[in-house]
Amino acid sequence: MDMLAIDLLPPLLKGLQLTVLLTIFSTILALCIAFLAGFARLSKFRLVRGFATVYVEVFRGTSLLVQLFWMYFALPMLVDIRFSAMTVAIIALGLNYGAYGSEIVRSTILAIPKGQVEASIALNLTPFQRLRRVILPQAWSIMLPSFGNLQIELLKGTSLVYLITLAELTYQGMMLRTYNIAQTAAIFIWILVLYYATASILTFIIRLAERRANVGRG
Amino acid sequence: MWDWNYTWDILPELIKVVPLTIAITLAGFIIASLLGVPLALARRSKSRWFSIPVTAIADFIRKTPLIIQLSVIVFVLPQLIGLSLPPFFAGVIGLGIHYSTYLSEVYRSGIDAVPKGQWEAATALNFKKLKTWIRIIFPQSIPPTIPVMGNYLIVMFKETPTLSAITVVELLMTAKELGSTSFKYLEALTLVGLIFLALSYPSALIVRAIEKRMQRRGRSVLTK
Repeated sequence: MDMLAIDLLPPLLKGLQLTVLLTIFSTILALCIAFLAGFARLSKFRLVRGFATVYVEVFRGTSLLVQLFWMYFALPMLVDIRFSAMTVAIIALGLNYGAYGSEIVRSTILAIPKGQVEASIALNLTPFQRLRRVILPQAWSIMLPSFGNLQIELLKGTSLVYLITLAELTYQGMMLRTYNIAQTAAIFIWILVLYYATASILTFIIRLAERRANVGRG
Repeated sequence: MWDWNYTWDILPELIKVVPLTIAITLAGFIIASLLGVPLALARRSKSRWFSIPVTAIADFIRKTPLIIQLSVIVFVLPQLIGLSLPPFFAGVIGLGIHYSTYLSEVYRSGIDAVPKGQWEAATALNFKKLKTWIRIIFPQSIPPTIPVMGNYLIVMFKETPTLSAITVVELLMTAKELGSTSFKYLEALTLVGLIFLALSYPSALIVRAIEKRMQRRGRSVLTK
């Protein structure tokens, strides 16, 4: 047996491709939701705040795998629409990590000193300018490290999607194993290495973004 | 559509698995909190031969999915060293090892948060190393970590459905089995979600209350 078992790589890399795609799409969705829900929780309107709080608590209070199963198996029985596994995966990952992300957004916005808001009002900035030019640039650099941790959690979360039969990295590995039981160890070592490499690249990208966000700040 | 009779039929079946799910969580948490201590100490160690490999291993465990680590325990260990664990133990050990890397990080930040002057004072008072740890460092570094550890306990509880992948019969697995015999997934899966919410949300509120109280106390100590 070839120790490195290079011949196992092509199917695993095909799975990795889907894992990366899934990670990118659900990260984009999660980021949008995180900002939307994070700001909604700071809204003046009670109803908006209420909705956002219920959303965040429900998605943080149940687990990702339960949400995936619920959307894939239970929801079609309720509304008679069947979504593809890919759609369910992106929506579930986006909603789940969006809920966690909204807490990061909310807490960092609250952490911006009050004087900053007062100064922007004194300078006659519009609320949008205040957000765009004063609050967000400061909040963004505080948010990034926490978003980085969440990004790794999201990447790991994509592995659960295998259980709703989406052919990503974990799924490809499990399938490969059923044909080559003898190579089980090599298969799993490759999967671990591929996840680790992907996670390390993501961490590196976020570090770069952190450095950029911190330019000109003490 | 929603069938209430069926819901009441299966609710007891699901409730029956709750103690086991909590047992998995607690056992995993105990392993994680115990294993986290040597991990944290090794990572703080001055000897590089010790701290670098341990940090690398912990980083590797944190950056790879739990489901793969569980599969390694269940599928690879029997082939490699002939050790085949029952799914329950494999699940508990996998969960424990995975989260020990997170808890070691919590401990480390707790220890690092103790002001340097405390170490110096202990040296000045001629305290031995062990006495310094037991009397000075641990009493100050443990309390701030309690709410964070509480949060991880809840996170681990919510992670237990992942164990269904290695055929541990917890809440989600039970719901799936119930669903596959009746083709009614809606009721069973919704109940599982509600049970998780009913247990984790109040726990989260308790943790938040402890956190607030400790922040207040911390402030009052500072102002004294």
